[in-house]
Amino acid sequence: MTAELRKEETAEEFHKLIQGYPPEKRYIIPIMHELRRCYQYLPRPALEMLADHMQVPFSQVYGVATFYKAFSLVPKGRVNLKLCDGTTCHIKGSQGLIDEIYRTLGIRPGETTGDRQFSLETVNCIGACALAPALIVDEKVYAQVSNARLQEIIEQNRRGEDGTESN
Amino acid sequence: MAQKAIDPAVRILVCCGTGCIANGGLEVLAALRSGLAHRNDMEVESSDSALVTGCHGLCAQGPFVRILPQDITYCRVQAKDVEEIIAKTLEGGTLIKRLLFRDSQRKEFISCRQDIDFYRHQHKIALRNVGEINPDSLDEYMERGGYQALRKALEDMSPDQVIAEVTRSGLRGRGGGGFPTGRKWLSCAATADSPRYIVCNGDEGDPGAFMDESMMEGDPHSILEGMIICAYAIGASRGFIYVRDEYENSVRRLEKAIKDARARGFLGTDILGRSLDFDIEIVRGGGAFVCGEETALLRSIEGEAGEPRDKYIFPSEKGLWGQPTVINNVETWVNIPVIIVHGADSFASVGTESSKGTKVFSVVGKVLHTGLVEVPMGTTLRRIIFDIGGGVPRRRKFKAVQTGGPSGGCIPESGLDMPVDFDSLRQAGSMMGSGGMIVMDDRTCMVEIARYYTNFLAGESCGKCTPCREGLRSLLEVLTRICHGQGNPGDLDRLEEIGETMRLASLCGLGRTAANPVLSTLRYFRDEYRAHISQKRCPAGVCPELTELYIDAVLCNGCTLCVKYCPTRAISGQVRQVHVIDREKCIRCGECVSRCNQDAVLVR
Repeated sequence: MTAELRKEETAEEFHKLIQGYPPEKRYIIPIMHELRRCYQYLPRPALEMLADHMQVPFSQVYGVATFYKAFSLVPKGRVNLKLCDGTTCHIKGSQGLIDEIYRTLGIRPGETTGDRQFSLETVNCIGACALAPALIVDEKVYAQVSNARLQEIIEQNRRGEDGTESN
Repeated sequence: MAQKAIDPAVRILVCCGTGCIANGGLEVLAALRSGLAHRNDMEVESSDSALVTGCHGLCAQGPFVRILPQDITYCRVQAKDVEEIIAKTLEGGTLIKRLLFRDSQRKEFISCRQDIDFYRHQHKIALRNVGEINPDSLDEYMERGGYQALRKALEDMSPDQVIAEVTRSGLRGRGGGGFPTGRKWLSCAATADSPRYIVCNGDEGDPGAFMDESMMEGDPHSILEGMIICAYAIGASRGFIYVRDEYENSVRRLEKAIKDARARGFLGTDILGRSLDFDIEIVRGGGAFVCGEETALLRSIEGEAGEPRDKYIFPSEKGLWGQPTVINNVETWVNIPVIIVHGADSFASVGTESSKGTKVFSVVGKVLHTGLVEVPMGTTLRRIIFDIGGGVPRRRKFKAVQTGGPSGGCIPESGLDMPVDFDSLRQAGSMMGSGGMIVMDDRTCMVEIARYYTNFLAGESCGKCTPCREGLRSLLEVLTRICHGQGNPGDLDRLEEIGETMRLASLCGLGRTAANPVLSTLRYFRDEYRAHISQKRCPAGVCPELTELYIDAVLCNGCTLCVKYCPTRAISGQVRQVHVIDREKCIRCGECVSRCNQDAVLVR
């Protein structure tokens, strides 16, 4: 489960991660990818440290972090729902799923629930167009998701690691 | 049924492309392996007979299990079917009918892949190994002739001869631009600068296109081989493969392929004992559509925001870190080994006058057999969509096909007999793009689809140049208004004017083509726009404010299917009585339209 991947957000952890790369500008994006893998977002102290490491102004690192869609500057929910809104998924009803998620969880794309359990983002085609509409939760791809199936998926993921209700 | 031992020569190919994994392909593979391991008389290791392959193409019918040498293809296989496959087919030698592909037109079951229309009309060059080999196995790639092209190039040809051969083949860049590959290589080789770099563009961003993914996942060594041959031809020492962030499987398989190629001496120093030093590394994208544009992609590898620059100097002269760089798309690279081994003439014998070879299309949307299709250039849209793709499902009517991704255009029924190549598509107001083909039926609103693409592009525009950034916003504003029933008579002219300005004044290819979806739908489906504006009506029944659904009292047979599926309980009616939609409760989601077997739910 994603929660296990999450490391402590401490200066030592950031330092260890960033120092693993040579101070060349082309490693800015790979480092951001690793930060994302560990924390699911880019913590500001880590970005400041990254700018120091690369000896570039913070604004430049910030520019890169905000340019790419893969990176978020705000924490994501424990469960990140990635809904494909590529063309095929779109004409096969992804908008209806976005509405259904809003009705169920009260979040729109880019938002996180108040309890930090769920967040929703839309992606532009995951290359599984034959399975549209598709939803990815923690790297697992759910095919041909209907409203009913969506409810099941949300319920399954609502439970914490020990199987108890966590919200 | 005579029980006999499983033939030790049997090879079971399980599709583990992204589509089939999502449908349970990995579970099928695991079940097969454990099922075979439990058979005591099995002489070979179960992992040698049940093999992972890349995408088989016909993704809608996955997961696929193909049994060789008998060549039996089972589709829609689930883990629970595996025991039956082992007992009946592998041991008993009989077919399991329900897992066979069913040809709905001929109304028959087909066991051999080549007899399925979807495969029969295809011509595989770029996808030659995808679905046939285990992508993680260098040996399997070599058994099918892998790295022979590299050997031939290094041992029998000079770098100039390699470039000449690629030029003569007529290969044009498969990423969308259609620039002659040989000319690109030549201009890079002609520069005096070094070091030189080679880049593979695997940032497949077009929604609805997944051919590059299937090649990276299903045949990674072909990409490496193409790049190494180019390194020899232009004298480059380092290569990069830029892979789209979302493609986890591709990254894994490419990493393994690079590792294996290094261990075998195809990458590294003194490749094949010659004085060629070349190595490749993978760069993961950050999820920005504009990075598919080559100058933006190069900026991204350098660690910057992926903003394009004007191309008065091509990357082949000043590219990565200002050095000469050859950048080609995944599919282009995959074609290179074939050209070297079989010669330029053989490659050029396929295709049209101006576009040689084949092209892979991902045929998706409202089409029966969604999947990857490789056909010679010049094949008609009708053949691709109807003969191979099986046409539009559920008796609906074909309306348009969108080619070339978000910045391509929509081609109506009248264009179906057009032979597809780089130039014919451009003339029709669309483009080849990377080869996405999204089929739309009469339930697709062309205004809404133009709005969708414009919205997509407005979000992906990098913002560097004004025509693209502001033009897209203005287009989106007007289109959104039209979809909400607030369009004005002057809007259509306004859309065309903005679109034309963007085409002329934008900095990069993204901006110059971004108005295509709007301009092409305006060209072919102007009436639909007019219906939205003057009659306040959406003929396809998609735009909620302009749609009213009703049930035809004659056609409705009272099956209650729509009643059951309506999310807002807006439909009332008893069994065998005509159902009625409550206009107040209806949210126009269209669920009833797609559920009804009688086509009784209509758009007013």
